[in-house]
Amino acid sequence: MNHEPSTLAIGIFLAMVGVTLGISFYLGRKAKDSAGYFAAHGQIPWFVNGVAFAGDYLSAASFLGICGMIAFYGYDGFLYSIGYLAGWIVALFVVAEPMKRLGKFTFADALNAKFNSPGIKLAAGVSTLAVSVFYLIPQMVGAGVLVRPLLGLPHWAGVVLVGAVVIVIVVTAGMVSTTWVQFIKGGLLVAFSTVLTVMILQRGFHAEPQLPAAQTIVKQADGTVLVNGLPKGNSPGEGQLQPVGSISKLPGGVEKTGPLGPLEFFSTLEQSEVVLWSKSEVKGDDGSTTSTFSPKPTPGSQILQPGASPTFAGIRSEKFSDKLNFLSLMLALFCGTASLPHILIRYYTVKDEAAARKSTIVGIACIGFFYVLTLYMGLGAMTSGALDVTDSNMAAPLLARSMSELLFAIISAIAFTTVLGTVSGLILASAGAVTHDLLESVTTVHLTDHQRVRIAKMAAVVVGVVAILLGIAFKELNVSYLVGWAFSVAASANLPALVMLLFWRGTTKEGIIVAVLVGMISSLGWILLSGDTYAAVYGLPKENSIVPFSQPGIVTIPLGFLTLIVVSLLTGGRSPASPAPSRT
Amino acid sequence: MSKRNSRYGIWLFVVYLAFYGGFVLLAAFSPATMARTPWAGVNLAIWYGFALIAAALLLALLYGYLCRIEVVGTNNSNSEPGRPAPGARDASSANASTQTGGHQ
Repeated sequence: MNHEPSTLAIGIFLAMVGVTLGISFYLGRKAKDSAGYFAAHGQIPWFVNGVAFAGDYLSAASFLGICGMIAFYGYDGFLYSIGYLAGWIVALFVVAEPMKRLGKFTFADALNAKFNSPGIKLAAGVSTLAVSVFYLIPQMVGAGVLVRPLLGLPHWAGVVLVGAVVIVIVVTAGMVSTTWVQFIKGGLLVAFSTVLTVMILQRGFHAEPQLPAAQTIVKQADGTVLVNGLPKGNSPGEGQLQPVGSISKLPGGVEKTGPLGPLEFFSTLEQSEVVLWSKSEVKGDDGSTTSTFSPKPTPGSQILQPGASPTFAGIRSEKFSDKLNFLSLMLALFCGTASLPHILIRYYTVKDEAAARKSTIVGIACIGFFYVLTLYMGLGAMTSGALDVTDSNMAAPLLARSMSELLFAIISAIAFTTVLGTVSGLILASAGAVTHDLLESVTTVHLTDHQRVRIAKMAAVVVGVVAILLGIAFKELNVSYLVGWAFSVAASANLPALVMLLFWRGTTKEGIIVAVLVGMISSLGWILLSGDTYAAVYGLPKENSIVPFSQPGIVTIPLGFLTLIVVSLLTGGRSPASPAPSRT
Repeated sequence: MSKRNSRYGIWLFVVYLAFYGGFVLLAAFSPATMARTPWAGVNLAIWYGFALIAAALLLALLYGYLCRIEVVGTNNSNSEPGRPAPGARDASSANASTQTGGHQ
């Protein structure tokens, strides 16, 4: 599909990036020591921190990935919304206050508060780094997605652009500026998503009874690409994919509905027929690959039920392993939020436990409201006539473009800067882990405060470059799907140790170290050996995979708990007996 | 976190877990139930999904309300009889954890 850059969009985009950088430079000047750079001196007001939670959390995965998945398959993307929000319940009721009380800069601080063990710092530091890098991949993929329609640049250019800007932000600033940037962007994202939803309801639905023609892309052996039988390009005699997304039948045979109420929107769609698109791929003897996109009229009632997408196909499958795959993902989403390093470090930016609790409640309100909107935005995109059939991640910005060029520019700029902010938070969490956890656990050299901040900035550059490379390598995958994996790794590696430390007196330092490592290695290993990775990354048949289903959580999260209990029981006599920190 | 806050947190967590677990199990093993439209022509999958989001917020607000007494006690002299001033405890706890963490 052709994406012409617009001057208005570029102008608003540059203004937004400029404001972000300006805030970062201005506030970054005040953050010269570790306490300022990593934890904003614990002086962020709880309301600001709560909205910043939303800014951190409503990343590329939420805005681009969920809306894209709903636009392509229907209700299934909303399952991510439900799971992502439910995870905040674990964060609020179990983790928020102890994290604030026990830690100072990093997740490892909290785990290590009772034992003061270099081993725990090393394991938790490695885990933080692994989870952060895994979570960075979808953010970078999302950045690449955004610049295509916005600036007319290729995917890799977007990834490099966001990587470079974020490295500048993190190196020059710190947690104070990252928090305020997230506060502004979180608020803007929710506000403009509300505007977009109101416009969707005002526009209503209209029917296009004539079924659109199938579309093809042929990649020939010599590298040339034919689109719908013509050489790819914008000139006369050349071809581009046509935008898609329509309703073929409305209830009562009407052509237009006019404005719809929030419930009427769903009840109308339930009785309509929507044109979805299926993709098939054929490899020719001459080395060419033909991808055919075919229209598939589908009852609205099916679209509004779970189980239509490949990710959640297990819901409608008779195979038990497919159902386990679904249960496993939903478990990982539930447990993952409270284990994400960039979320956990935000508890250190407020002054006390009450502020941590209140900011989490504000975060839940903002995030929950946004996730309700995702269903409207996704279904609005599905019927907008603006979808790119080759890329689900672009659904939300293209929906905005179908409304107005100005809204598209604003929404894209906000989404892009949200990616910037989330990536900044992740890189900051990684830099903190390298400086405070890894370095302190492997060396006895005393570092001055200034040296720590300098090392953290150097680590930020390295992690940023790694994120750029991974963002280019994984560009084909839906960003929400990638985030699901990051949640699995976070929940398997971090949650068992954190929960058992708080609620089981028998927890030992050996138990924590082994549980973190086993949870991390088993979940990463499972993902690398899964059918989805075989197909999407290695290009091998899915059936050849070693593990029975792709989502590891249902196996590796209990494995983390079990490992901790067994190792703690075996080593219980050797650890100093002190009361569990939660029993204050 | 005081014992009391922890106890509230665990109970509310269990309530939400049951609600969430019901949704996931229903979606996995009884998709036909999710397809029913009990009210206003909107199916159960959407109602249940919205209810989960609303319940998260309501339980979060309830938790904040239940824990509010400690916050009041921190800011004025109306703390509960026989209780140490929580603000003082929080501060000392934070300091203790700072020292335990071994930073600086």
